[in-house]
Amino acid sequence: MPVVETEIQPLPAPSLRSGRLSHLQLLEAESIHILREVASEFERPVMLYSIGKDSSVMLRLAQKAFYPAPIPFPLLHIDTGFKFAEMLQFRDEYAKSIGAELLVWRNEPAIAAGTNPIVLDTKRCCGLLKTQALLDALRHYNFDAAFGGARRDEEKSRAKERIYSFRDSAGQWDPKNQRPELWNLYNARIHPGESIRVFPLSNWTEMDVWQYIHEEKIPVVDLYFARERPMYVRGDALLPIEQDFVRLPGEKPQMVKSRLRSLGCSPCTGAIRSDAETIPAIIAELISFRSSERAHRAIDHDQEGSMEIKKREGYF
Amino acid sequence: MGVAVDLENSKFDIGDFLAREREKDLLRFSTAGSVDDGKSTLIGRLLYDTQSVYDDHVRSIEGKGTAAPGQIDFALLTDGLRAEREQGITIDVAYRYFSTAHRKFIIADTPGHEQYTRNMATGASTADAAIVLIDASKGVLVQSRRHAYIASLLRVRHVLVAVNKMDLIGFDEAAFRTIEAEFSAVLDQIAADTRSPLERHFVPVSALAGDNVVHRSPSMPWYTGPSLLELLATLPSAQDTRSGPFRFPVQRVLRPDRSFRGFAGQIASGTIRPGDEVIVLPSNRSASVERIVSWDGDLDEAVAPLSVTLVLDRELDIGRGDLIATASAPATVARSLRAAVVWMDRRPLDLSRRYLLKHSSQTVPAYPASIDYRTDLATLARVPAQTLEMNDIGALTVNLRRPIALDLYGINRNTGAFILIDPETNATVAAGMVTAALSAVSTGIEDDSAAWGRVTAEEREARWGHRGGVLELSGPVALINAIERSLFAVGVVSSRIDLSEGPLERHPNLLEIIAGIQTRSGLLTLAAHTTESSKLNARIDGEQVSVNAEENARAITAVHQLLHRVGFFISSEKAAL
Repeated sequence: MPVVETEIQPLPAPSLRSGRLSHLQLLEAESIHILREVASEFERPVMLYSIGKDSSVMLRLAQKAFYPAPIPFPLLHIDTGFKFAEMLQFRDEYAKSIGAELLVWRNEPAIAAGTNPIVLDTKRCCGLLKTQALLDALRHYNFDAAFGGARRDEEKSRAKERIYSFRDSAGQWDPKNQRPELWNLYNARIHPGESIRVFPLSNWTEMDVWQYIHEEKIPVVDLYFARERPMYVRGDALLPIEQDFVRLPGEKPQMVKSRLRSLGCSPCTGAIRSDAETIPAIIAELISFRSSERAHRAIDHDQEGSMEIKKREGYF
Repeated sequence: MGVAVDLENSKFDIGDFLAREREKDLLRFSTAGSVDDGKSTLIGRLLYDTQSVYDDHVRSIEGKGTAAPGQIDFALLTDGLRAEREQGITIDVAYRYFSTAHRKFIIADTPGHEQYTRNMATGASTADAAIVLIDASKGVLVQSRRHAYIASLLRVRHVLVAVNKMDLIGFDEAAFRTIEAEFSAVLDQIAADTRSPLERHFVPVSALAGDNVVHRSPSMPWYTGPSLLELLATLPSAQDTRSGPFRFPVQRVLRPDRSFRGFAGQIASGTIRPGDEVIVLPSNRSASVERIVSWDGDLDEAVAPLSVTLVLDRELDIGRGDLIATASAPATVARSLRAAVVWMDRRPLDLSRRYLLKHSSQTVPAYPASIDYRTDLATLARVPAQTLEMNDIGALTVNLRRPIALDLYGINRNTGAFILIDPETNATVAAGMVTAALSAVSTGIEDDSAAWGRVTAEEREARWGHRGGVLELSGPVALINAIERSLFAVGVVSSRIDLSEGPLERHPNLLEIIAGIQTRSGLLTLAAHTTESSKLNARIDGEQVSVNAEENARAITAVHQLLHRVGFFISSEKAAL
């Protein structure tokens, strides 16, 4: 498993007596409270595990929430068939090392039919391989609550998402009819067939996530770190060579020192040029960035409000 | 993102940066308003000027909305839903994040119109501070008053009054001072009504031009105070919950094997250390804390609001919903409560129906017994009401099927808050803030140690023939004296508090605290308000009578009948004069 090397050793935890708690301690306490509420109030919760940095933080919080008991729900990975091989290897090894139960679900009929973002457009590809697969998996296992690692700072419609996001029996989100959510009192009541998506990291920002990974020494996939990697270079865009169909006629990969800022499906996840080989370097780079982490994902830019539309249909 | 760092500055050091970052604290604040008063523009400006917006977000809105080509309509940075962008309004609560050198901020951004009162309450429920907007060109409108009232009702301590659009009135100081004086009076009135002291700060701003939002304004040299962001950066952060008595609602019992049994939860208030004596409510059993367990190792001390796991020194039957509290100041066990509520559902409150009350980590069937009043937010008058409709604010008396351990909301925002859920639709229909715990009863679980433990409410009731309560009396002093004497004559153990007493006027919370303690101790508190009126008003548990004060004997009888009606006496003989 890739082990994260940090050049700066975390400082000792701030002393409680010194006064106030840090923002990360407060965020951690809030997230753990949410994880425990869901585990206690739902019959069949599951944690959506996407292998990315947010999932990694969420998983560590789950370990903390129930320590010394094991995590009382399984992890579910929706595999589109286009995830990076490194991600899948990391997923299997890491789940095993922490003793978590891992479920993997793929929309096999759609994959067998050759669904990809070039044949279809990205919106329909996502609809089949992600949204449909997720809804099928939730129904198959009869899960009534599903944790997701989404954060409100990612995108405008996410900013309006509740921590407990109610979904009707078709798995859909109605943004204009959300349950009020006050204090830390979450309404877990649902009718049969309905479900709740739960976002324990709602109040975390991208910066918080990286700082926490740094402080807690949480292992993350090596793709986040800058390495010499073969890429198709198209203007400013760097496309990983993971899938053959991405290649244009006559196109040849070049070695570029680059990394991924968010981990998605390889055909739709662009890399960025970077020298950041450590978490502190990633954080330093983050500070200098002037564009959001999803800017390199083709799927969110199809049309104004495309994330809201996907969420209404049942996407995370 | 959201961190302004000058990378050109060669002194930037990532190690220093991380060390500073980990010391950052957190402040949550709410805003309410509409596009008309420039709320979205204000927030957009706050985000933009603290460099908390990504370039691709800015590019995606450049030249759109009401902005001229190449300019930015800041409101578009915050309106997230399609319907909002299309209609130019804010519908729902949105959360925004930014940070400065020493603090991270979470904004609960809410719409300000009357039909979104419930959203405002949602945003205020977790806020340490609230920004109330006033359009300088329009003066104090009912919307600003409503927002300040809700912030106060939900116990938001700091109110930042942003008098916006100063550019439209030529940055006129006199106009600002007039608004300041007028709204100060409104805030005084609100604080008196909600009994929640408000700390207020007035700032003249122009969100559109950026004056006094992040940077101080050169256009208003007469204003020498801090900008809005400077204020936010220096307010005391997260309400100090660690200093209160220890409260720990048990969320879950962790039992990985036979040797370990821990109680997982988030500390609602106070501090805990191994060896501390605790009491488990509502069953009233004592224990002491043996270990505070966390993934990062056992702790010597844990403070609110950390999430931890407690191991006690003895085997007790403890489950989800129980409250572990400090033995020296336990919470109140109540089967009936009075609360301020915000009604949030399209279906109005139905007094004949059963609801579910979710409080800390438990849910109990609840029966609304009476609507004590509804508050008219335009005038702050308390008016009688038959029901509460969506966005109404009122006071309710609720009976519970099982007793729960709670505190008054004015004392503890965590253990004094609840939501009501409609068991048919599963909708969250109301937010409640406990203002009185009406009848403290034990669960009836008895064990040998009870004879040696604290004197229970039942033991007091058995001896005195009545329970505790607060009887509010207003009328001529001679008649109140006569009522007090008549109650004394039938053996009621009472104490009298005159509301005009100095310390009570200065500390409106004090009465609630004293009355709470006395009620738990089984005493009848006579809260006396003397007037020259020819009417006598008496009220207890939300029931009230109003009688002619000239007819002394009838008035006294009416008060005794009232006490009888609300079940104050457990034996009927004493109710007879």
